[in-house]
Amino acid sequence: MNDLDIRKVVQEELNNIAPEVDLATVDPAGDLRETLDIDSMDFLNFITAIHHRLGVEIPELDYPKLVTLDGAVAYIAAKLGSSKM
Amino acid sequence: MPSLGADMEAGTLVEWLVKPGDQVKRGDVVAVVETQKGAIEIEVFEAGKIEQILVDLNTKVAVGTPLARIRTELEGPLGAVTAAPSPAAPVIPLAPPPLVRAPVAPPPPVARGAARARVSPAARRLAETHAIDLSTVTGSGPVGEIIYSDVERRLGQAVAPPEKKRAPWLDLDAMRAAIAAAMARSKREIPHYYLEHQVDVTVCEQWLTQRNATLSPDSRLLIGALTIRAVALAARRFPAFNGFYRDGKFEQASAVHAGVAIAIRGGGLAAPALHDADQISVDELMAGMRDLVQRTRAGRIRSSEISDPTITITSLGERGVEALYGIIYPPQVAIVGFGKIVTRPWVVDGAIGPRSVVTITLSADHRVSDGHAGALFLAEIGRLLQEPDKL
Repeated sequence: MNDLDIRKVVQEELNNIAPEVDLATVDPAGDLRETLDIDSMDFLNFITAIHHRLGVEIPELDYPKLVTLDGAVAYIAAKLGSSKM
Repeated sequence: MPSLGADMEAGTLVEWLVKPGDQVKRGDVVAVVETQKGAIEIEVFEAGKIEQILVDLNTKVAVGTPLARIRTELEGPLGAVTAAPSPAAPVIPLAPPPLVRAPVAPPPPVARGAARARVSPAARRLAETHAIDLSTVTGSGPVGEIIYSDVERRLGQAVAPPEKKRAPWLDLDAMRAAIAAAMARSKREIPHYYLEHQVDVTVCEQWLTQRNATLSPDSRLLIGALTIRAVALAARRFPAFNGFYRDGKFEQASAVHAGVAIAIRGGGLAAPALHDADQISVDELMAGMRDLVQRTRAGRIRSSEISDPTITITSLGERGVEALYGIIYPPQVAIVGFGKIVTRPWVVDGAIGPRSVVTITLSADHRVSDGHAGALFLAEIGRLLQEPDKL
């Protein structure tokens, strides 16, 4: 799974939470909680969905690394990459 | 048609989930009704067998109108007329047995452009939403009226499945009107008093961090589960904040059903009940909260969840401000508000250090309680939050 695939999954899951947002227009380095107006429950649902779809373990301590679109993609890519080695 | 709020006069039946012959038990969802608050799932309060459906799809009927006939297990083969009223609703339908329309052969469909074809409200709304000219729709109702499914058929594949994304009947304008009516009534009738209390919740955060570290995301708790649990336990100890003020007197509730304020994207708000919040574990509370938030935002609340809350809890979450002063949702008598958790210098054991502090507020009904009792109630919530492992 390359970065583009991961980005697609991340965007799909974010769109499930915020259906009206066009993620193509969202600043990939901006705080998703602000730009998408999502609360802690939405964010937990996002983490849960990523965990189920990609099998990535995301401990709570790492949440801050996933608050931007770019950050989430990089974090998941690193996790998937290291689990293959 | 149960009353799902003092301001509700009628509702539109948009979905039947049972058919004649089906067995139902107490609490089963039997139908979906469209109201100002969105689509509400109607639960049945008697066990038995559905004998007859009395209200057609996409028909708007007044509160109190029987929706279906249920033969209960205790009753003999004759009689047995039951609507699906909510027992907690202010108006219990006691309508006489309805006149049952004799089955009639469906008349031929009304031709295109027929003069003044009748249109069901739900069909009209669907047509308006999608800018469909109703004169281009063929009616298939019992007397040739245009019903919801006719407009749907006309739309063809253009109609999104109702379960997907935001339900099309989650009408935010109507919801705003319902909020306005309830809040205006509250401010008109309820003499509010307000208290606030700052509470150190560092222990809760540490407990959650430790607990969640070993759990998969499905089982993780949010601090909201702890705060709701603390309020529910405190409400059980201080019953003057848990119940309804109706007909000039306070009725203390025997159970604690926590109304959880849930924001809806695009600007709506609902506060459906988490039932028996004082009786269930924090894990069950968390699971209930996730389910309730998901269904509320999808526009699928159940009738009992609308009519049952005995006290409301509202929280601004992590990006809000430090305090909010809620407006009581009538006929309830109290609302507890949680602001954003902030890091503040705080004195613990004689030394100043950074602690996580939340401002908890209480708006309560002065017809029922006084500030003295309110202060004890708020202090109890704060005390309970010092021992998260006991919640």
